[in-house]
Order: sequence, then C-alpha cells, then structure tokens
Amino acid sequence: MTRTGSTCDLPRCSTCRLPSVRHADSHGLTAEALATLAPDLGGFRLVFANGHLVAELSTMPDPGSGVTVASLASVLATDPDRLEPLFAGRTAPADGMAALNLALADDGAFIHLATGAHADAPIHVVFCTTDVGHPVLASTHSLVVADPDSSATVVETHIGVGPLAGAACANAVTRVVLAPQATVHHYTVQDLPDTAFHLGVVDVIADHDSTFTAHTLSLGAAIARHEVRVHLDGDGADATVTGLYQPAGNQYHDHPVLVEHNTTNCTSRQIYNGVLDDHGHGVFNGRIMVAPAGMGTDATQSNRNLVLSDRAEVDTRPRLEILADDVKCAHGATVGQLDETAVHYLRTRGIPEPAARGMLTYAFATEMVDRIGPPALRAWAAQLVADRLGAVLGDDGPPPDANPDAGTGTGTGTGTGTGSVHTEEVTP
Amino acid sequence: MLHIENLHASTAGTEILRGVNLDIAPGEVHAIMGPNGSGKSTLAHVLSGRPDYEVTAGSVTYNGVDLLALAPEERAAAGVFLAFQYPVEIPGVGNLYFLRTAVNSIRATKGLDPIAVTTFIKMADKAMDAVEMDKSMKNRSVNEGFSGGEKKRNEILQMTMLEPTLAILDETDSGLDIDALRIVANGVNALRSPERSMLVITHYQRLLDYIVPDKIHVLAAGRIVRSGGKELALELEASGYADIEAELASKGATA
Ligand SMILES: Nc1ncnc2c1ncn2[C@@H]1O[C@H](COP(=O)(O)OP(=O)(O)OP(=O)(O)O)[C@@H](O)[C@H]1O
Ligand SMILES: [Mg+2]
Repeated sequence: MTRTGSTCDLPRCSTCRLPSVRHADSHGLTAEALATLAPDLGGFRLVFANGHLVAELSTMPDPGSGVTVASLASVLATDPDRLEPLFAGRTAPADGMAALNLALADDGAFIHLATGAHADAPIHVVFCTTDVGHPVLASTHSLVVADPDSSATVVETHIGVGPLAGAACANAVTRVVLAPQATVHHYTVQDLPDTAFHLGVVDVIADHDSTFTAHTLSLGAAIARHEVRVHLDGDGADATVTGLYQPAGNQYHDHPVLVEHNTTNCTSRQIYNGVLDDHGHGVFNGRIMVAPAGMGTDATQSNRNLVLSDRAEVDTRPRLEILADDVKCAHGATVGQLDETAVHYLRTRGIPEPAARGMLTYAFATEMVDRIGPPALRAWAAQLVADRLGAVLGDDGPPPDANPDAGTGTGTGTGTGTGSVHTEEVTP
Repeated sequence: MLHIENLHASTAGTEILRGVNLDIAPGEVHAIMGPNGSGKSTLAHVLSGRPDYEVTAGSVTYNGVDLLALAPEERAAAGVFLAFQYPVEIPGVGNLYFLRTAVNSIRATKGLDPIAVTTFIKMADKAMDAVEMDKSMKNRSVNEGFSGGEKKRNEILQMTMLEPTLAILDETDSGLDIDALRIVANGVNALRSPERSMLVITHYQRLLDYIVPDKIHVLAAGRIVRSGGKELALELEASGYADIEAELASKGATA
C-alpha cells in the first residue's frame, strides 16, 4: 500500500482528526467479551481490535484451499504479488476519508475465492474498537475478491467494548471485486457503542452476470456514515443494496448509496428503511446513475421512514441520473408515523401502550431483519434491533413475513412493505 | 355490572352521543340496534377507551369502578373486550404472537406467570377449532388480508382466549355467511355465564335468534330511544326505524 501524507479535509471528518494507535496485541479483547458482542456464525472468522488482527480469536482456512481468509498485512508480507493487480487499478481515493484510509490502514481482511469456490458458512470479519485510554482512529482496508463462478457470504460486524474513553473512530473500507458469474452477499452490522464514530465504505466492482447484495444495519455509534458504491461494469450484473437505520438519542446515521449502471442489462434494487426516535437523525442519499451505455437497465430505489418523535429528523434523497434510453427506473420515499388505530387495537387486548408501540415499530423494522439470509445472523440481528426499539421478540416460530428469498439477491419491488404506518409520499 | 349515565361524547368536534343511559346486570345479554350513524360504534369505542373520542359529560361505572378513568389496556385487564366492527390489520405482527402477548399481558396484571409457548399453542388450537378457523391463520399477520368473515372469527377467537367479563360485539354478524353466523353465535353462547355480561350491537334479528338477549335497546341520534324485550327486534324488523325517526323529528321540533 502506498502511504501519502494525506489529511482529512472533509468537514464531516473534523471530529476524527485523532491519533491512531499501532499496538499489535488484542487490546484487552477476550473470547468471552467477543461472544457477547458478536454472533458465532460457524465459519471462518477474522477479528480486528482497533484495526489490528487478533490472531488468537481468528480462525482461517488451510492455505491452498479455494477460499482464502487472511489478514491483508500477512498477505502483504508473504505474497505481495497477489495484491499488486488489486491496488494497481481503481485505487484513486474517491474522497478525503478514502485517502486517509489508504494512508493509514495497515491491515484489514483479505478474502479470495478461487474460480468455482464456494464458502459454505458465512465468513465473519469483526472490527472491534476497544478502550485504550485515549482517542483512537482505527483504519482498515479490506478486500473481497471473487473469481468466476465463486460464491460467499461475508459479514462485517462493527462493535466496541465500551465506554471508550475519549473519541473512538473506525474508518473501514471494503472493496469487493466480482468476476463473471460470481456471487457475494455482504452484510454490515454496525452496533458500536453510542459514543463511537463510524465511517464505512463498501466499494464494489461487478463483472458480467455477477450477483451482489449489500445489507446494512446501522444501530450504534454517535455518528455513522456507511457508504455503499456499486459499479455494475459487466452485462447482466445484479445488485441489491438494502439497509435499516434506527437512530435514537442523539445518533446520526448517514447512508450514501450509489449504483452505477455502466453497461447493458444490469438490474439493481435499493431498499433502505429507517426508524427515527428522540433526536435521532437519519439520511438516505441514494443515487442510481445510468451511463449512456446502460441500455436495458432495470433499477429501483425505495426509502421508507417511520418517525417516532417530533424531534427526530430524516433526510431522504432518492435520485436518478439517466443518460441512456430504454431503461426502467422507479423510485419512491415515504415518511410516516405509527398507525394510532393499530396502537389502540393492541391496547384494547390488554397490551400496555409502550409494548404496543414497540411491537408495531418492530413490525416495521422486521422486513429488513427478514432479508438476512444466515439464520444465526438473522436471530442475532433481530435481538439487537428489538432491544434498541424496546420491543420484545416472539418465539412462536418464523415471523409472518419472512422473506423466502432472503439473501438470494432477488430483491422485492418498491412500495410494498410491512408495518402499521401512516405514510406520506415524499417527492424526490 | 355496567352502569352508563347521561353519557355525552364527541369526536372531531361533533357531538355523537347525547345522553346515553344503560344498565346491564351480571349475566345479562343486551342488544343495541339502531339506524346507521346513530352512534352505536361510538358507544363501543368510548367504552373501549379510544383516545380520539372525548367524553364531555356523564359517567360509566363498571363493577364499581370509574371505567372512563382507565387506560384501554387497564379496561382489558379489568375484563372489558370489544369485538371491532372493523378489525384492524397489523402487518408484520404474527397473529398467535399477538394473542399470546395479549393473554400474558393481562395475566401479568393479575400477578400470574406467562403461559408457556407450547401450552399456549394447544389452547389456541382448541379455540381455533371451536371457531373453525384455519390453522394457517396462526402465523399470518394480524387480520392482514383476512376476508371479512375471517376477521370476525378472529375477533371471536381473541374473545375466547381473553375470557372477558364484559364483551361488546359491534356488528360481529355483518359479513358472515350462515355457517359462520352459527359458529360465532356458538362462541358467544359458550362464554355466557352468570358473571359475564354482553352488549351485542347488530342490525339483524337473525343473530338474536342464536344469541337470545335479555333486553333490546334502540339507539337513535345518540340516545337510547326505546328499550324492550326480545320481541322488540321482531317489531323493528317489520316496521323499520321510520316510526322512531318520525317521533324524534317531532320531538326535535318541539324541543
Ligand atoms: N371523525 C369523525 N368526524 C365527524 N363525524 C364522525 C367522525 N367519526 C364518526 N363520525 C360520525 O358519528 C356518527 C356515528 O358513527 P357510528 O360509527 O357510531 O355509527 P353506527 O351507529 O355504528 O353506524 P353503523 O350502523 O353504520 O355502524 C356518524 O354520523 C359518523 O359519520
Ligand atoms: Mg357501527
């Protein structure tokens, strides 16, 4: 990796001009602590504490198998040629934070799927911020490289061991490169302590007939900006970019999403839902860009918001930029409140008002939980989402609207959704 | 059991109930009939505690307590149940989960432990058989996409599970086929007991053949204008509300 003297010059990052730490130990992260903070997904796992691999908490496949799961630093040390083509191409940082990430990151995940290789269980990458007694900026740069006809599910969880003395900021960039017919399902669960800052970028290049899904749950952090950029560069590539944000307290959750249709016959779905409470502030800033070569594009964008407090704020900006003919694009956004008739109905059955509201709020959010493919992750996420919404989860079997297609990349259309919400259309 | 005195209520600034007086003794079944828009559902909603209805005068005493001072969930815990004329669809909330939460919420107010899931499922299965409801309704969202009749059966299912002491049924018979009408009536009759009272709102004599009431009242223009025995329903069936409305109109002219 190149190191330049770049500094962060984005106004949003003024909070993050922090010294980074370069300890090569576990930063006090134990297996017991980890078990309470992140699910066991049953597959290979890389654990990073403040941007550095904690080898004793990580499990990696044997070298030479079709699936490589390693730390980027170790690959850089032992096999730098393997990384050469990945950094030679599209590395010009898109913004100041990406430049800063490239300058400061000295580790991250390296996941490589050889031609035809399939990772059976989800590959879990845990980024943990721990309390080191002073402000910390943890920068990681990860790569997911899927060769032709390979497939894998990659889960990133961003967590922290509180209370985090001073400011803690995680700046995580993940680049995904899909070869023809490759499939990658990527999940981000951001459940940092509410004192931390999170900056994440998932940047994806998709070749022909590849399938990519990104699903983001923004739950924690004081300020979180999680960006997903998908460049559909090969004919017939498909991307589903979905997410749930639920800022409460004074949290700020920002979601810039870009899907570029650079060539013919690509399909994409963007579906983000938000639940906003207290002084929470959520942003969906989604773009579909159809290049002049993007004939036969089929792209949709939907953003539904449930606002629970009159002090909460949501900015929704679904945008289309179409420079080609023969394209099918649809977008829509709604902002609504809980249906008071439904609240009353539940109360007449003896359910106390706070529980009734929690139940209905969770019902709205559950659509995005149901999209999670791996059962262990879905159960974990359901609990996190319910806890944050003050809802109690039922155990009477599958949720009523479980999406049988979850994780397969066949997104649902816009406009449909669950939840007892009175909505208003927002004119983009 | 239930004592309603001079009840006045309005919604959105319009007075709908204009002095309702009604007494129901334990074990009694009373029916309320009356023209469309006369305020029958309004009375039911006011008794259930719907927040968008304002009580402007009068009182409701239920088993010696001021019912109007209780929150909707407290009324439910005290044994008041309303089968809605238009049951509410709740997407994303499973029917059985909802029912179990309701039952356990009410149990909690009595200091009882929650019912275990497996026990609860057995109870629900039995109750669903009684109202001949398809078991697939268990894991569907509450009332979502249910047919009109299925929604009404679902209300009766909830009533059966919650075992209220005052059940208010608002047009539970409308939209039901002949078989469903019998099933619903059986469900109601199964709950009849000396300590349970019922207020049955209906437009049709038909239901009252199955659920035989102790008294029938006619609500018109926000007041109970006539009360009588079960033969009143037959009389109304024959003559309609024209006489009553004419009577009201002449009173209105002299008032
Ligand atoms: N929000 C509102 N604003 C104004 N009027 C209302 C409102 N809600 C109800 N009303 C009126 O109150 C009156 C009584 O309504 P209610 O539903 O109680 O009638 P009902 O006797 O149950 O009629 P039906 O037999 O048709 O069910 C109606 O005229 C109705 O239009
Ligand atoms: Mg009515």
